[in-house]
Amino acid sequence: MLNYIWFGLILISVVVGTITGRIDQVTEAAISMSKTSVEIAIGLIGIMALWLGIMKIAEESGLINIIARLIRPITIKLFPDVPSDHPAIGSIVLNMAANMLGLGNAATPLGLKAMKQLQSLNKQKDTATDAMCTFLAINTSSVQIILPATVVGLMGASSSQIFITTIFATSLSTVAAIVSVKMLSKMDRFKLDNSKELT
Amino acid sequence: MIDSFILLTNQISKYIIPFLLVGIPFYGLIFKKIKVYESFVDGAKDGFDIAVRIMPYLVAILVAIGMFRASGAMELFISLISPFLNAIGFPPENVPLAIMRPLSGSGSLGLFTDLVNEYGTDSLFTKIGATMFGSTETTFYVLAVYFGSVGIRKSRHALIAGLIADAVGVIAAVYICKIIFI
Repeated sequence: MLNYIWFGLILISVVVGTITGRIDQVTEAAISMSKTSVEIAIGLIGIMALWLGIMKIAEESGLINIIARLIRPITIKLFPDVPSDHPAIGSIVLNMAANMLGLGNAATPLGLKAMKQLQSLNKQKDTATDAMCTFLAINTSSVQIILPATVVGLMGASSSQIFITTIFATSLSTVAAIVSVKMLSKMDRFKLDNSKELT
Repeated sequence: MIDSFILLTNQISKYIIPFLLVGIPFYGLIFKKIKVYESFVDGAKDGFDIAVRIMPYLVAILVAIGMFRASGAMELFISLISPFLNAIGFPPENVPLAIMRPLSGSGSLGLFTDLVNEYGTDSLFTKIGATMFGSTETTFYVLAVYFGSVGIRKSRHALIAGLIADAVGVIAAVYICKIIFI
């Protein structure tokens, strides 16, 4: 998909540039933007180093565990078909806590572990359970308190304003994810076919 | 009511970064006895790695979108979609990022970088883009990796729910930024 979008952009640019007589500018843009990209990336190093340094302290002082403890009671309610003392709940809350702090690298292994543990509760190994769908819907809705380092790097001091707007927007998208995943799971199209359980 | 709310959020946001810069090392050093200086330096090293790692993606996306803009195709695209979008108050400049976001993390980072480069960090388009970036995820990629890792082939309603969440995040980003920043 991305391959077609990327090629499409370049193809359309050359075609439209030829028609509008701006082909020189198109060439110029290609050359200057490749240079600009590297300058931008280099310019990010300082702010990202600052941010990743601070977030490393957060990681090592166990901030993930504190957030995990806070969201655990809500999480248990969201996964009614997972026993509250099952290890999957622990992995799910840790994954969500890491995502909230913008620690993507820490979040992914925890999320994959959660999937493995949810799969152990699954009776139809090739079909997603309600719990898996809920987990991934929340995960893809991006629950975020701390912005990712790349966004902070690009926005610089202006990123302080984005923290608040992101918390509002991400809360709404997470609520939408939970409501829609719960409603969709009751629709006939998506209902689990329990008759297949024994095969 | 709304005015004082906006005033309050502006006051709070001023202190967010200083608070994190002092609060996190304070908690680590005083409560957890972490070697905060060493931890900081250890984490900061990754700044360079990430910058180097994203460079090829930025070149790919910024060159393509830069050509698209220089050719006049972007103006054409925006003028085609703006009649519909103006009616609902959605800025056409943010459409490419909204479309790219669920598809590709590196692609949407590139498009967000393009907003910063083209309009600056103080523009509304950039702020909306940054908020979109934080409040949505690369849904297709996450589902492929997570379901793939345990061999799930029938993902049921996970994709639709994820895309609904993305749509809500994108639309919320636009209206929340419009309320707070205009």
